[in-house]
Amino acid sequence: MSYVIDRRLNGKNKSTVNRQRFLRRYREHIKKAVEEAVSRRSITDMEHGEQISIPSRDIDEPILHHGRGGRQVIVHPGNKEFVAGDRIPRPSGGGGGSGSGRASNSGEGMDDFVFQITQEEFLDFMFEDLELPNLIKRHLAGADSFKTVRAGISNEGNPSRINIVRTLRSAHARRIALSGSSRAKLREAQAELERLKREEPDNFGDIQRIEAEIERLRARIKRVPFLDTFDLKYNLLVKQPNPTSKAVMFCLMDVSGSMTQATKDIAKRFFILLYLFLKRNYEKIDVVFIRHHTSAKEVDEEEFFYSRETGGTIVSSALKLMQEIMAERYPVHEWNLYAAQASDGDNWNDDSPICRDILMKQIMPSMQYFTYVEITPREHQALWYEYEQVRETFPHTFAQQQIVSVADIYPVFRELFQRRLSA
Amino acid sequence: MKRQPISTGSEWTFELIRAYDREIARLAERYALDTYPNQIEVITAEQMMDAYASVGMPLGYHHWSYGKHFLATEKGYKRGQMGLAYEIVINSDPCIAYLMEENTMCMQALVIAHACYGHNSFFKGNYLFRTWTDASSIIDYLVFAKQYIMQCEERHGIDAVEELLDSCHALMNYGVDRYKRPYPISAEEERRRQKEREEHLQRQINDLWRTIPQGSRKNHEEDSKRWPAEPQENILYFIEKHAPLLEPWQREVVRIVRKIAQYFYPQRQTQVMNEGWATFWHYTLMNDLYDEGLVTDGFMLEFLQAHTSVIYQPGYDSPYYSGINPYTLGFAIYSDIRRICENPTEEDRHWFPDFAGSDWLETIKFAMRSFKDESFILQFLSPKVIRDLKLFSVLDDDQKDELVIPAIHDEAGYRLIREYLAAQYNLGNREPNVQIWSVDRRGDRSLTLRHQQHDRKPIGESTGEVLKHLHRLWGFDIHLESVRGDQIVQSLHMPPRGEQDSDEHTRLELALPPI
Repeated sequence: MSYVIDRRLNGKNKSTVNRQRFLRRYREHIKKAVEEAVSRRSITDMEHGEQISIPSRDIDEPILHHGRGGRQVIVHPGNKEFVAGDRIPRPSGGGGGSGSGRASNSGEGMDDFVFQITQEEFLDFMFEDLELPNLIKRHLAGADSFKTVRAGISNEGNPSRINIVRTLRSAHARRIALSGSSRAKLREAQAELERLKREEPDNFGDIQRIEAEIERLRARIKRVPFLDTFDLKYNLLVKQPNPTSKAVMFCLMDVSGSMTQATKDIAKRFFILLYLFLKRNYEKIDVVFIRHHTSAKEVDEEEFFYSRETGGTIVSSALKLMQEIMAERYPVHEWNLYAAQASDGDNWNDDSPICRDILMKQIMPSMQYFTYVEITPREHQALWYEYEQVRETFPHTFAQQQIVSVADIYPVFRELFQRRLSA
Repeated sequence: MKRQPISTGSEWTFELIRAYDREIARLAERYALDTYPNQIEVITAEQMMDAYASVGMPLGYHHWSYGKHFLATEKGYKRGQMGLAYEIVINSDPCIAYLMEENTMCMQALVIAHACYGHNSFFKGNYLFRTWTDASSIIDYLVFAKQYIMQCEERHGIDAVEELLDSCHALMNYGVDRYKRPYPISAEEERRRQKEREEHLQRQINDLWRTIPQGSRKNHEEDSKRWPAEPQENILYFIEKHAPLLEPWQREVVRIVRKIAQYFYPQRQTQVMNEGWATFWHYTLMNDLYDEGLVTDGFMLEFLQAHTSVIYQPGYDSPYYSGINPYTLGFAIYSDIRRICENPTEEDRHWFPDFAGSDWLETIKFAMRSFKDESFILQFLSPKVIRDLKLFSVLDDDQKDELVIPAIHDEAGYRLIREYLAAQYNLGNREPNVQIWSVDRRGDRSLTLRHQQHDRKPIGESTGEVLKHLHRLWGFDIHLESVRGDQIVQSLHMPPRGEQDSDEHTRLELALPPI
């Protein structure tokens, strides 16, 4: 006797827990692989998973087995040339026809164990332990952020939301309540009828009276409707406003002649990391690109990264423009404001104190976080030192770091956004 | 009497699966194949990967190593490097067999014949399975085990349970009784007993390790005797019963791993027989279907193509060679038994006087029921099979510079080849013989293991890691002595001994971090 069962609709992810256990156990390896991948990958590439490889010996489950050596006889199939008593030189390296299965297993055991993690997992590992500084849920945003939640049962509603169980239960209760006394009387009358028929079968008058009574009671019970409009119960759904937060990210970059394409590339990577990171934390993000040499300009992404211009450098122009845009489009009570500035550190000497002033007085008080990365292998210049003063005044919301090569980007990023114990 | 074929296309439907199953069951009935009821489950490829990853258990406790299996399977499958198994079948009552949705009708029929009638009757018939496993209670037990381990994780944390399972898995192959027979019990019984065990065991162990000095001096002599008196082969059992520091729940987890190891023990010992038997029957039953005109020529060609690839045996010098294919060897031996019974030659009468010319069905069933791989090969590997597979042997002795071919497929070599091949399937030879030798009960409580060397084969390089796991379970020092004859040739210690007292025996270099 056989039973055929269709199991295809059963869950297919029975191994998910075990897979998670594996990732959990080797999270150090995976994290390392992810970090390497981040510095190796092109940034536009950040949106897919990653192949992780772990040395097999690290994940081997040890068992007791024979080592090489000793005396062993192994039977193989497919003899072509050998006859009994043949002597053959020992092949070096195990493999081939004469190595035992076990020996070649351990010989090849050094291969890496390679597997795939999804994009979601990749980003999780990448941004693990990182936190948006001073993330404040500021404002309940527009109409798109409602969510419907169940809120019990109501007497009014849409037919598609009828709760059948509750409805029938209440109908049942109503029927019992409305017909209860009639039923009790009916039972009495029936018992009486039985008694009369048994004890006084000739008493037609009483029997007829009681039969009429029974008839009347039955009709009365029957008049109670099976389902009445006020039995109907509906599942109630209510809309709750969903606190979402909006963020705007200002990208400021120096495009003066001193910034080479390689430097800009590093800056771009840094900005994209920041963008991906914000995207995981906020539902709505605006990005404002401001580039500057001696004067600043708001541009689109393409122009921001790829068009070339030359000229001197006046950083304060960008800060001024940023301040104007903030005042005009991003009121502080509605938006979380972030800014990342990348530069090679060059600035018009007289301009650096002005930058400091604008930052301290106008920008920083409403800022969630301002990061400044200086992409240069050289000594710091005036701007860096001016900014250091800003950092002293706003230690929680202002950060500056130096990047020398591409490989520094991610560590610096981590450094900037390291999760802090809430003070 | 040619009949209408059951189906002509390659698409399957549930009705067709039932129809094929009915016909195959009818034919199997003709050969009086005794089976458990079948539960055929149709699943998707993803579900097959899950089934794969849980190493043949329909439900298992959670452990990262299954996740590792899964990732490896998933990667292989997604890249198309590996097809999935056609079938997975579980030794349970009813016998659960999985059919993959992607298979054609022909493949489904093949799997039904192979798993639902071949493997199934093997599970029910073979003596090892009858003795060591209880098909009707295994699912219940796995449910119990899964729940118990989940509870432990809640109570003691995932890490504690994972560490313990790692250690148990390392010794899983040494968690089986090779000679004693366990009694199967139901799941409720199991739960009830588990409670009892928890209470009693701890009391006993406290007794065993009592350190309060005893009044009489007579015990002195008793103390100096080796304990346990006999070497113990079942290391996990010994740990479960006697490890001084384990908590009751830890003992129970050790027990669960041990039970599951025991459940799989017969499968490890009957690979050739089991696969050969299933292959023999799918081959026979499908041919019968064809003979009765129930399947089309196209169906049969597809079947033969699949069958040929199942029993494909690359030669020793082929790049695809990875040892002897158990399907090929088993199928060849069973088929040859049938031939010897039906058309014996002079040679067969000489080699197999007991059954040459006898009833083939009886003989082949006897062969299936009463042997394991080792004895099966020793009894039934015929000269013809040796010739057909062109078997030859290679002697690799590390004291000689050259490899020697002691025997090939000729008159002088048949017996030797047969012995060598049988020994190759002897689990006792494949795994190092390591047993518990003694416990220093009154001293440092250290546990000493003995490895009896076989043909001077040393113990593998991961032994140090295994000893670490054993050390975790036992809680005190572990010593492992490798013995050749009566002489200790090598000893390992966990925690490792410092360099100052390393004697000439410790030649094996282990990369063990200092503890």
